[in-house]
Amino acid sequence: MTQPTSTTMIPRDEAAPWRLRALLERGLPLTERPWLALAEACGMSEGEVLAWVERWRREGLIKRMGLVVRHHALGIRANAMVVWDLPDEHVSEVGRQLAAEPAVTLCYRRRRRLPEWPYNLFCMIHGTRRERVLAALDEIAGRHGLQETPHRVLFCRKAYKQRGGRYTREERI
Amino acid sequence: MSVERTPRPAQTELDDADRRIVNRLQAGLPLVASPYAAVADELALSEGELLYRLERLLEAGVLSRFGPMYHAERLGGGLTLAALAVPEADFERVSVLVNAFPEVAHNYRREHRLNMWFVLATETPERIAEVIGEIETVTGLAVFNMPKQEEFHVRLHLPV
Repeated sequence: MTQPTSTTMIPRDEAAPWRLRALLERGLPLTERPWLALAEACGMSEGEVLAWVERWRREGLIKRMGLVVRHHALGIRANAMVVWDLPDEHVSEVGRQLAAEPAVTLCYRRRRRLPEWPYNLFCMIHGTRRERVLAALDEIAGRHGLQETPHRVLFCRKAYKQRGGRYTREERI
Repeated sequence: MSVERTPRPAQTELDDADRRIVNRLQAGLPLVASPYAAVADELALSEGELLYRLERLLEAGVLSRFGPMYHAERLGGGLTLAALAVPEADFERVSVLVNAFPEVAHNYRREHRLNMWFVLATETPERIAEVIGEIETVTGLAVFNMPKQEEFHVRLHLPV
């Protein structure tokens, strides 16, 4: 986590929201007044920082302020990407059904890459062990009549890199 | 920008307060001047203890990140999932090449002929195609790009 280094207020400028966004991508400071710390680092007032973040949240740029759990460190070691080949006219309906399953942590429709990759619905299922994940998948397939739908289970063998997205160039900070 | 390697910490034991903190914060942090004090209050902890525990969970690698979850496309950025079929003997070498791109946010090895799966997050949508081209050049392998066409909203989090 980057701690702000500047304590002097800089006059307001157009680049300040960019700096705020870039600093936020690195994470929210763990201090009693995190928004004030960011405000000082990017040359805004605390109120302006809160107003920008509220605006970004309202506009949907920020989905939520929260945390990312590294499941592996908690013993949730089985991580399966389950992919399905569904007729285009059914994929949205099935996607909504799977997303409502508590075991499903992500669910997206994605572009097929024929002929190598016919699958168009992707969902993630996490669990402590593979058998548990597969049992959960069996139940889900049964509940939604998907036993005969072509699908594959791609377990994760190793995470090589894991971090939040960076959408703002460093030089803008 | 440095390449962040994912450490593989030993399994961390969370106590009851840690679990309450993680479960509460997966749902989000209130947008107020003293958000940690507000959450500490809800969880019947002191603000100092909440901050101390959060710092420890980040250091232990239980939490990889604490901050905003962005909607990449609405930020004007690009986001996609892509895969490579990497010959087994080349896997480590290719993973180093791919992870060296700052646009690669996640990279997982999975059990399939398409065995390397990575998320690209870029500042502009156009940059996705450029990065894919660059990855194909340095690896000599075809990238299978599978952009999102529709997102289905799931329950916010996995309870720990």
